[in-house]
Amino acid sequence: MDNSKKIQPGAEITPAIVAQHGLTAAEFRRIRDLLNRAPNLTELGIFSVMWSEHCSYKSSRAHLKKLPVTSPKVLQGPGENAGVIDIGDGIAVAFKIESHNHPSFIEPRQGAATGVGGIMRDIFTMGARPIALMNSLRFGDLEERRTRFLLNGVVDGIASYGNCAGVPTVGGEIYFDSCYNGNILVNAFCLGLVKSDRIFRAGTGGVGNQILYVGSKTGRDGIHGASLLASAEFDETTEGKRPTVQVGDPFTEKLLIEACLELFAFDWVAGVQDMGAAGLTSSAFEMAHRAGTGVRMDLAKVPLREDGMVAYDILLSESQERMLFVIEPGHENEAAAILDKWGLNAAIIGEVIAEPCVRIQFDGREVVNLPVSAVVDGALELRRETKRPEYLDQVAHINLHELPDFSRGDTALKKLLACPNIASKEWVFEQYDHAVRLNTLVLPGSDAAVLRIKDTQKAVAISVDCNSRYCYLDPYEGAAIAVAEACRNVVCSGAQPIGLTNCLNFGNPEKPEIMWQFEQAVEGMADACRFFGIPVVSGNVSLYNETKGDAIYPTPTVAVVGIIENQKRVMTQGFKKSGDQIALIGFTMEELGGTEYLKIMFDRGEGKPPVLDRAREKQVQSFCGELIRKELIASAHDCSEGGLAVAVAESCFSYGGKTFGATLALESTLRNDTLLFGETQSRIIISFPEERADEIANMAAAFSANFSLIGKVGGTHFTVTVNEKEVIKQKISVLKKLWATSLGNYARQIT
Amino acid sequence: MKCGVVVFPGSNCDHDCYHILHHVLNQETHWLWHKEEADLGSFDLVILPGGFSYGDYLRAGAIARFSPVMNSIIHFAENGGTVLGICNGFQILLECGLLPGVLMQNQSGKFICKNVFVRVENSDTVFTRDGGEKNVLEIPIAHHQGSYYIDPRSLRRLESNGQIVFRYCDDGGNISAESNPNGSVGAVAGITNAQKNVMGMMPHPERCADPLWSRTDGQIIFRSLIANSRRRG
Repeated sequence: MDNSKKIQPGAEITPAIVAQHGLTAAEFRRIRDLLNRAPNLTELGIFSVMWSEHCSYKSSRAHLKKLPVTSPKVLQGPGENAGVIDIGDGIAVAFKIESHNHPSFIEPRQGAATGVGGIMRDIFTMGARPIALMNSLRFGDLEERRTRFLLNGVVDGIASYGNCAGVPTVGGEIYFDSCYNGNILVNAFCLGLVKSDRIFRAGTGGVGNQILYVGSKTGRDGIHGASLLASAEFDETTEGKRPTVQVGDPFTEKLLIEACLELFAFDWVAGVQDMGAAGLTSSAFEMAHRAGTGVRMDLAKVPLREDGMVAYDILLSESQERMLFVIEPGHENEAAAILDKWGLNAAIIGEVIAEPCVRIQFDGREVVNLPVSAVVDGALELRRETKRPEYLDQVAHINLHELPDFSRGDTALKKLLACPNIASKEWVFEQYDHAVRLNTLVLPGSDAAVLRIKDTQKAVAISVDCNSRYCYLDPYEGAAIAVAEACRNVVCSGAQPIGLTNCLNFGNPEKPEIMWQFEQAVEGMADACRFFGIPVVSGNVSLYNETKGDAIYPTPTVAVVGIIENQKRVMTQGFKKSGDQIALIGFTMEELGGTEYLKIMFDRGEGKPPVLDRAREKQVQSFCGELIRKELIASAHDCSEGGLAVAVAESCFSYGGKTFGATLALESTLRNDTLLFGETQSRIIISFPEERADEIANMAAAFSANFSLIGKVGGTHFTVTVNEKEVIKQKISVLKKLWATSLGNYARQIT
Repeated sequence: MKCGVVVFPGSNCDHDCYHILHHVLNQETHWLWHKEEADLGSFDLVILPGGFSYGDYLRAGAIARFSPVMNSIIHFAENGGTVLGICNGFQILLECGLLPGVLMQNQSGKFICKNVFVRVENSDTVFTRDGGEKNVLEIPIAHHQGSYYIDPRSLRRLESNGQIVFRYCDDGGNISAESNPNGSVGAVAGITNAQKNVMGMMPHPERCADPLWSRTDGQIIFRSLIANSRRRG
């Protein structure tokens, strides 16, 4: 917000200044009504960030109410820094996913790094020690010049921050599509562990409590990052907003984690809040709001990075690695000693007052005096118009008869395995420290990441998912599939899903077509969560993901967390032994719409996405879960992008350093392309010793789950016959090389 | 065995080393805080763990060497005390002069986290004696600045003195450019000082020493140290 700096603090608020702050004339009138006076410039700045889409959820709030948010085990649902679910043994998991899309497009390294930092702070402010990071990334077309730069920058940013902070990055997903050319997505997830009776919440406690500022000094970075960067479309002026991107310091974050967790042991800590989007302003208002109190602060006491900062800058700065604590009076020295031990800045900058207002002094005079509820609750809850987009009619159908089926699938298989959406993400994961803290039981690259929980027999499984092409073709069904697939992944690792967090990435909500996509996706997600009994405990909405009018595909990313009761019964997707039987749980339908196969072979992103039969999904998941609990199978892998053939190939080469061949003998009346590469939902590939085949088949009948033996592990080739006719025969080593090296080869090219 | 694990601001693998020594191997283990000088005379082993001490700002290990605790550790090492520096700990040992050479950025310019194989070049040290016949270990690495360098003459001296303890290799023990993950000269993964009581290594033995995982080659190093302290009794 370059212009605002030139405006003198005492200047009259003109319509132009209001517009520069991203506020509409109606919103300004409402501010005047709520205050019974005109705000000064600093106060206008506060409204600007607090009423921004990013902070106020004004477009999305009405829809989000549809999501189920409770279960007997939910200790904290949406509305706090993170959701918390009890997992027994006196332990709970705190988790959340959040976007950092716009900053990462402008400045990929710092944008992604600070996204990781922000989500970690959300977790440890709940009193939880972060034990795992994941991420969901979307980049533009591979041919687009900027894609390689963004990919390298984002991965480097995530690696540098997470590795240094000592929290392992254990998995995630990466997809490329031209719809993200002008607006990449960087969604960061973090999970932490907390004693279920020591959960911290962001309140102020009683009057007289002291406001303690902790962490990095406040600088001029990130001013208006949330309001003007994250709450508007990209256009020609975007490059000029680079200074609104914050700069991360993971070392300070690491110290903050240790110091905060030490402070949380004391009962005199009344509350804590990260200074994230909208910095000091939002933490002060939100904490006061939750406690029904007010806050008085003196900005002269805030540790500053540079001279000459005015109240406006200090209040709106989004400098990273800062926290606001509220402590009971009389314990200032104890807190200072702990923070000094960790070498962190700390200062008492104010106190809690009874009057429900935020009153801020600077240079000996009061520069802000705003009622808490006017700022926090005052934003209009918008009922944005919705309208079914016309493009849906054009993309709804694809006539399979127009597309030639193949008699040999070798070329398609090779192309699919080498396409970066399917290929191994090893180049990325190798840059992340995924093992620090000694909990990672399943390394990145399997269906779900799995971490043991020390001092218990349990483990936690996490999967992040969203197929945005499905969501583009049918947002309702696509969002439901995202939930089902994430659950299926978690089940394939041996876990029972317990909760979900979402990051809803969409275009400009002022367009009725975008709001329609949003509404449909939230409904699809809500219905699926209700059906599977999964509460949504936290989340984030990211709107305005578009450039010059081109929106991204709707991308309602979900992260599902599951619990494994016995950490010795963790399942992975790779085949384990030659001679094992391969079987398919579920059955394949004549579906090809929205598949990676259509995109790669015919450059077509149309058709009806796969149908999700929720009841069948449930049967398949419970059957697979039971097979793992009874220790009957050696591997389980969800069939997703690339279908059956790709799933089996992945199982051939994803068990540590080992590689197995496989022979599939399929019988079917379907077209070869749909049989091998169709993406029918509710399917899982399993393998097991031959002698268990009968027992497993009998169990399948008891669970009413479809089950068929399809082949055998072993040999040096990947061979597929359909109705006794060979359609694929490739050396497994050749396929593995294509799959393993393609993304790294792309990323390493110098342009 | 009485062990000390040093905690610098930014140490990340301190808890992991503590976990293996104390919870897995049942050894008496203490934290050593970076701001404090301490008499380490009663300790059998001091570990400088991995991580990003002081954020690795300036250069990995360059600031940590000035910590008060380092004076105690140098004194301890000069009096024959056993010191093991892992990853960032190795970098600190080089910076403070207890070990020769430097660690530079990986050849790829990227952080690398994966399992690698190392060949035991000297099985007659307090760190490796318990390895038996096994001379190829599978141990994870996780670092950005792990490319070891020392001038050719000094490298030859390290070799002839038996100071090179581990070299990167493939699963069959063969050394080649492909099996060298970071471009280290002579594929060096771990070295000792001339007296062989101080060792620095880039791979993380504490990451493969918990029996919950199938690979536990890292235990060889810790068990060697335990056996040694018993012998000294």
